[in-house]
Amino acid sequence: MRYVDEYRDAGLTQKLLAEIRKTVTRPWTIMEVCGGQTHSIIKSGLDQMLPPEITLIHGPGCPVCVTPLELVDKAIAIASRPEVIFASYGDMVRVPGSGRDLFSVRAAGGDVRIVYSPLEAVEIARRNPEKTVVFFAIGFETTAPANAMAVLQARAQGLKNFAVLVSHVTVPAAIRALMDSPEVRVDGFLAAGHVCTVMGYWEYEPLAAQYHIPIVVTGFEPVDILNGMLTCVRLLESGRAEVRNAYGRSVRREGNVAAQAVIRQVFEMTDRAWRGIGVIPMSGYRLRAEFAEFDAEQRFPQVQAIATHESPLCISGLVLQGLRRPDECPAFGKECTPQSPLGATMVSSEGACAAYYRYGRRHER
Amino acid sequence: MCLGIPGKIIELYEANGMKMAKVDFGGVIQEVCMEYLPEARVGDYTIVHVGFGLSILDEQEAAETMELLRQVEAMAEEAGS
Repeated sequence: MRYVDEYRDAGLTQKLLAEIRKTVTRPWTIMEVCGGQTHSIIKSGLDQMLPPEITLIHGPGCPVCVTPLELVDKAIAIASRPEVIFASYGDMVRVPGSGRDLFSVRAAGGDVRIVYSPLEAVEIARRNPEKTVVFFAIGFETTAPANAMAVLQARAQGLKNFAVLVSHVTVPAAIRALMDSPEVRVDGFLAAGHVCTVMGYWEYEPLAAQYHIPIVVTGFEPVDILNGMLTCVRLLESGRAEVRNAYGRSVRREGNVAAQAVIRQVFEMTDRAWRGIGVIPMSGYRLRAEFAEFDAEQRFPQVQAIATHESPLCISGLVLQGLRRPDECPAFGKECTPQSPLGATMVSSEGACAAYYRYGRRHER
Repeated sequence: MCLGIPGKIIELYEANGMKMAKVDFGGVIQEVCMEYLPEARVGDYTIVHVGFGLSILDEQEAAETMELLRQVEAMAEEAGS
């Protein structure tokens, strides 16, 4: 496939690795923010081919993983109601809540449907006027344009039986929280290429200056990731805390302005709790007041205070901040597997634990 | 969830007042909302994410970057590594 195959070229991958080895002179810790990149790195084995000076740590960019337990429990409570059709991205249905997951709600007779696009959830609402369709609107800035458009479409079609349960988070706030944490040590970031496709990278420029860290916008294929890595190592070695774009075929500095306008029309910034990490100020989106009729939390006020219970064995919060590798968790591959996960990082196709499990990384490095 | 996939636009149309496209992902055709890419044309490659086109891939930029990367390759070979 065009724009895919040439970025998986094994020869070019080896040459980029050689160039990184030649360039690096000191130890550097580099974090890839996005869980999609984590999977690509582990799947292609890049983590095992980098020179020993480079420590690669995996970041919090797994939307399913950081969706707070309280909201997962709310989703489960709402999905269990007989008048509700609950629609969700596929990754979310296996994420453990305090007691069970959305999948088990379906097994118990609840109407839980997996959709690829939020517009499918709007269509389900149109076809089922006697039901209330609730869409679990989670994600980073990449899904925000789609989720916002679903709300606008529901309004345009005059649908009164569509609502969204919103759990939206943003990458710059996460980078700020990581850099402010005394425990986290990161010398440079690979920024998430598709988040920047939407938002651009101008908002990273003040972060690079304030924290004196290079931030390199990076794509998802092996050649893209090594290009981002090489760019980051060159900046680190020359002491330059700058933002660079190593994914220029998709990302422009200003991002997708039309998508940003719709995000701003539907959502506003708010404090958000991140599962395993805690509340990060002004780190996500909520619906603006004028869209309150589409807010599932307001439509189901009885589903409010839920006592949450996190597995005491799960260290996903440390994994999400790059403080522990998945295979350093005592429960990894034992009590916790993708078939029987203790935490969301073992479920999601973007979770670091799932990547380590799936591609067989166990104490190899 | 952030793994957008590149596909080729083969048809543009409207539905429910929204710009839509049929996009070819290596033989699999999907319907994609193009509201965020008003400049899209048939034949363009687009990054698609949960059913929405988010960018048009810049062919010239891609070619220039690939050329630069291949120069890295040449330099690495000259250095004997």
